[in-house]
Amino acid sequence: MPLIQCRDLHKVYQLGLQEVHALNGVNLDVAQGEYIAIMGPSGSGKSTLMNLLGCLDTPSGGTYTLDGEQVDQLTEDELADIRNRKIGFVFQTFNLLPRMTAMANVEVPLIYAGVPTHERHQLAKEALVKVGLGERYKHKPNELSGGERQRVAVARALINKPSIILADEPTGNLDTKTSYEIMSLVKDLHQAGNTIVLVTHEDDISRYAHRIIRLRDGKIEADEINPDPR
Amino acid sequence: MNAFWQSLKIAVTALRANKMRSLLTTLGIVIGIATVIAIVSIVEGLNDAFASELAAFGQGSLYIQKFPWANNDWQKFKNFPDIGWKEYDAVERDAKLIDGISPQTRTRQTVKWRNKKLEKVEINGANYQYAAIRGFYPVIGRNFLPLDDERSRQVCMIGHDIAEKLFGPRNPLGEHIRIGIHSFLVIGVINERGDFFDSNLDNFVLIPFSTFTGLFSGRHRGFSIIVRVTDPTRIDAAIDELTGILRRVRKLPLDKPDNFSINQIDALKSMYDKLTGGLYAAMIAVAAIALLVGGIGIMNIMLVSVTERTKEIGIRKALGARRRWILVQFLLEAAIIAGIGGVFGVAFGAALAKLVAKLTPLSASVEGWSVLLGVGFSCAVGIFFGLFPARAAARKNPIEALQHE
Repeated sequence: MPLIQCRDLHKVYQLGLQEVHALNGVNLDVAQGEYIAIMGPSGSGKSTLMNLLGCLDTPSGGTYTLDGEQVDQLTEDELADIRNRKIGFVFQTFNLLPRMTAMANVEVPLIYAGVPTHERHQLAKEALVKVGLGERYKHKPNELSGGERQRVAVARALINKPSIILADEPTGNLDTKTSYEIMSLVKDLHQAGNTIVLVTHEDDISRYAHRIIRLRDGKIEADEINPDPR
Repeated sequence: MNAFWQSLKIAVTALRANKMRSLLTTLGIVIGIATVIAIVSIVEGLNDAFASELAAFGQGSLYIQKFPWANNDWQKFKNFPDIGWKEYDAVERDAKLIDGISPQTRTRQTVKWRNKKLEKVEINGANYQYAAIRGFYPVIGRNFLPLDDERSRQVCMIGHDIAEKLFGPRNPLGEHIRIGIHSFLVIGVINERGDFFDSNLDNFVLIPFSTFTGLFSGRHRGFSIIVRVTDPTRIDAAIDELTGILRRVRKLPLDKPDNFSINQIDALKSMYDKLTGGLYAAMIAVAAIALLVGGIGIMNIMLVSVTERTKEIGIRKALGARRRWILVQFLLEAAIIAGIGGVFGVAFGAALAKLVAKLTPLSASVEGWSVLLGVGFSCAVGIFFGLFPARAAARKNPIEALQHE
């Protein structure tokens, strides 16, 4: 069974009197260890799909199985547990907690997983070393550059050894050089065996993925293997 | 438990980021709790003083007098006949439930010894049983004898302060003092009894009753009768007995009300309880308003805080925080704000009580339970008023919260 299995996913939003069909029957399988990019213009349903894959939301119809668990009917708290254990988020705006040090930020998912303090510190330090920030663990987000912040976010995404790493426009707020640095970090993670789902609208960035999925009007328009990933 | 500590840490971090705002928010709580602590401390101080005064009055003693203690209509009792020897003799002869009786009367006189002079000293006239009834005793020298009364001897027992002021370190026994224009031999010094409110219980002179009436008042003036009940638990039976004796000796018909008063410390106590009850009621009103205002302040600031930190809530939820985590985090924040207010309130209240105790004759005693109650109650107020904002935080949709800027 694939790691991610979506069958006929629908998502309908009610906007006033109007129904908006954000997803119109998406079927998607992603195997363990794959590196996929989800692309599409705004309004294509890209964000909706990403929210469903990230267990931030539940579909209006269809099924979604993640790592053997069917998650489309779960309650909010059950989804929170799934996010905590199985998903590592990397966001466009980094989404670090501003008043906390890099290390404390990385530890947040472990707190909710109930990992004891001592072990948490240990794991957080290791994760920060892995992303090349071993020295800067005491800094707060506003004392770090954009690239460094995104590295902290990547370390945080890794910390719970998630089933998938979900990167939503991870380079959207970074300059070109830093973008490439982050993408090569993501590439390292992939090579270490992690499953990566990258959401982007930049062709340049999507070329790092091994498989590219294009969405249009809430449907998968194309699902291609990238013959020559960067 | 680990989860609780983590939530606590998160809450404290958030509060430290907004120190000024958090402090100002606590003001209502501070005022509320300070009021409670100050008033409770002062009332407790009063209670302590009152309890010691009750003991000083002598437990289980009754005062047969013309006027009741707790009354606000002197006109009504003005025409009652004076208490005199007729009543005294009847009670002494017939009362079975008492084991001590003394007449009592008082005046104020100048007291002199050599070149030292004390103005307006309280002079009490009573018999040899009086000290035992009132619960005091001579620390040096002796008590009166029945003979002192029979012979109207000019002897006196003096209060601790009188002894100190007139004689200093010198032994007053055997010295003669002047009360008004009369000379008295000091035969005893009464044990130190302390202050009650602003009245000093050690500032009086006791002389035999017959000496008093002979020199200061005359045989026919009314006086009080003080009796000691043998068994203080049967004080009501004793009152009934005394009432019967007094009605008989005054030949009151059945349809006429009593024309005398039997006062007891309990009556004083009930008057006192009414007074402090009023104080407590006023305190509860002030504190309730202040705590309500304080609580609403906390709710307000927490709502602001929840809105400001919508993004944070979104991030935490994305990273796996269940609703309960968010709820507890914000509840703790509210509880800590209020708790800090409570601590400040206790401190201010205690300081206020001490200040009042220093500037007025009132005393204050800050009780451990009131401190705990103050801090605990303010935390509860915080949790109560924090509940609504915390629920709002916990129920936020993670996607919308993440998109919030």
